[in-house]
Amino acid sequence: MANTNLFHIRTEEAPHLAAPISTTGIIGWMRQNLFSSIGNTVLTIIGILLAYWLIAPLIQFALIDAVWTGQNREACLPQVGGHSGACWAYVEAYFPQFIYGRYPSEEVWRVNIVYALFLMLLVPLAIPSVPFKRLNAVLFLIVFPIIAYYLLTGLVIGDWVILPIVETAVWGGLLVTLVIAVTGIVASLPLGIALALGRRSKMPIIRTISIVFIEFWRGVPLITVLFMSSVMLPLFLPEGVTFDKLLRVLIGVTLFSAAYMAEVVRGGLQAIPKGQYEGAMALGLRFWPMMYLIVLPQALKLVIPGIVNTFIGLFKDTTLVLIVGMFDLLGQIQSSFTDPTWSTPSQGHTGYLFAAIVFWCFCFGMSRYSIFMENKLHTGHKR
Amino acid sequence: MSVMEQDSAGAPARASLMNDPKIRSIFYQLVLVIAVVSLGYFIVTNTITNLERQNIASGWSFLENTAGFGTNQSLVEYSETSSYGRALYVGFLNTLLVAAVGIIFATLLGFIIGIARLSNNWVINRLAYCYVELVRNIPLLLQIFFWYFAVLRSIPGKREKWSIFDTFHLNIGGMRLPKPIWEPGSEWVGYALIIGIIASFFVSRWARKRQEDTGQQFPVFWSGVGLIIGIPIITYLVTGMPMTLEHPNFVESGPILRQGFELNVGINVIPEFLALTAALSIYTASFIAEIVRAGIQAVSHGQTEAAHALGLRNGPTLRLVIIPQAMRVIIPPLTSQYLNLTKNSSLAVAIAYPDLVSMGGTVLNQTGQAIEIIGIWMAVYLSLSLITSAFMNWYNQRMALVER
Repeated sequence: MANTNLFHIRTEEAPHLAAPISTTGIIGWMRQNLFSSIGNTVLTIIGILLAYWLIAPLIQFALIDAVWTGQNREACLPQVGGHSGACWAYVEAYFPQFIYGRYPSEEVWRVNIVYALFLMLLVPLAIPSVPFKRLNAVLFLIVFPIIAYYLLTGLVIGDWVILPIVETAVWGGLLVTLVIAVTGIVASLPLGIALALGRRSKMPIIRTISIVFIEFWRGVPLITVLFMSSVMLPLFLPEGVTFDKLLRVLIGVTLFSAAYMAEVVRGGLQAIPKGQYEGAMALGLRFWPMMYLIVLPQALKLVIPGIVNTFIGLFKDTTLVLIVGMFDLLGQIQSSFTDPTWSTPSQGHTGYLFAAIVFWCFCFGMSRYSIFMENKLHTGHKR
Repeated sequence: MSVMEQDSAGAPARASLMNDPKIRSIFYQLVLVIAVVSLGYFIVTNTITNLERQNIASGWSFLENTAGFGTNQSLVEYSETSSYGRALYVGFLNTLLVAAVGIIFATLLGFIIGIARLSNNWVINRLAYCYVELVRNIPLLLQIFFWYFAVLRSIPGKREKWSIFDTFHLNIGGMRLPKPIWEPGSEWVGYALIIGIIASFFVSRWARKRQEDTGQQFPVFWSGVGLIIGIPIITYLVTGMPMTLEHPNFVESGPILRQGFELNVGINVIPEFLALTAALSIYTASFIAEIVRAGIQAVSHGQTEAAHALGLRNGPTLRLVIIPQAMRVIIPPLTSQYLNLTKNSSLAVAIAYPDLVSMGGTVLNQTGQAIEIIGIWMAVYLSLSLITSAFMNWYNQRMALVER
């Protein structure tokens, strides 16, 4: 009786069983994320249908039905009974115009050099691990603009024509877009920082002027600023003094984005604790060294996303110059629609698709880079 | 500019005047004032001489002159014999109209996408993400062109139509809607609506008081809906249905030139308006979606858990705990997006939708009164933006967290 064993001790481990197939791998993931409930399943199906309904026609248009080569509109005309696809042959034929505008073809090498220099200086500047950052920045911000200016506009000393003059009226396409965007970006940052400091200044007049300036430019649409720079600026100048149209637009765009930049930078300055200022002063730093060495590096680091957003906004806003009669990338594409050689039903769609791809790549690239830099510079705040 | 000196070295007894922060500050400000004033003087004198040279009389008298150009959309009486001032007023109203409609659609779409962005469903989540990243990285002007020149050009021509529920008709001439015709007696429906709104306001006050006193709840939302919608409907039925709908008349037979929609029957929404509204709302919705997502994510998860621990179900948790806190974060950037949309509506000029900038541009071309027109533009947009920021400051103060 007494030796009946009423308990059991397991002496060896139970065999490890694999997790149920419905909770692991792709099936488990799908069950959890896509079909966890009836509502969720309905949403998934609607979502897939929506995606299919949006993406399938796009792929059909841009890739499957597309015409890749051809000499003129004949190639891109819709076949009998068939759909008309994107006419990439037209983009190919117009590609030089989209990139250089009506820049004289024998001088295009100058634009190419500028593009190449720009990339050669920008890429090492953008990669954090490449050395000689200071030299690189000086080259990019001071030397490059001078070289680019003379390369693009031409250089004539006395009677000696080194580089023939090319009027900005014939510039166009991506060249104008990039010139406006890069100049605007490079010039608006220092101006914006100055305005932000002015707005935070303790001197009442400087503060008031900064506030009025910032609020004025932020309150009006860019298109009215462009109208102002193209219609009103000539009225402001003495007789005989004329500005190049591109330069007038550049001034308008720069002032406009400087105001936005100022507000972004001010946000960063406000986030810096007062102790940082006091610490810098205690070390005996005067105003500019304090700003340059202590406050601005921290403040700007905090607002990198805001700064890049302003850049992206500025880049997108460059398209507005077509309204005041300049030919940026979009303007050049828009004006190419009048060419009867390539006039087909799909021409407009193709042109806009091309413009959208180009702009999207630039803007998305900038936003990704800002996320990358944000993580890279995110030092000291992490726990 | 903005050279600011904060020389805080404890002023020794005999600092030279040059190093006195006060003197320096006065000096810098004086320099700035002189620079600004002389720049202003330079501009004003040049402008005056230039205007004299071009024989342009500055002043506002041109607003009285006959405009001589028509428009395809105006909310008030306007014809070619109206004055320039009237033309600008028409443009201003059109700006407000497109902004208001755009804001409504952008908000709806933005909130849907923003919430979809937080969905646990992978497909919905990714779709919303792709929408946001795709739309906000493409210039607005390109999107307006796309809708106007690419999409609206591929819909049926004037002699054909697409119909939705046989009520909304779409062709290249725009969208035709039924037009309500108010007959005598219909004003009572309007009064009933006002009474309904006032009644629901008092009901909600009474309900809140009762809940504070006794703890009993009252279905405020549904009773309010009933009052605001029910009372006008009852009045409408009682007064003998004084409103009829005038449906657009589509002529399908007869001479080819007569085919299509009869003029001035029903409401015609012009294609420029459709394209501009579509582009503005889709573009702005992508920004609103990000604001909504960030706002909801800013409410910490502990709030949801605490609400659940108090016994609130999912619906009330969202309505009473999450949304009020998220709104605090969402509203300020949301208003600035509304302002952006309003300012961006000035791109209407690119597709000739008759908004303030577009009408003003025509007036400018005809009269050459650049300074006045640009002044009007800037004054209008500036005051809109100042009103918005005043509202935002008021809201922020009201909503600021009250801390000990």
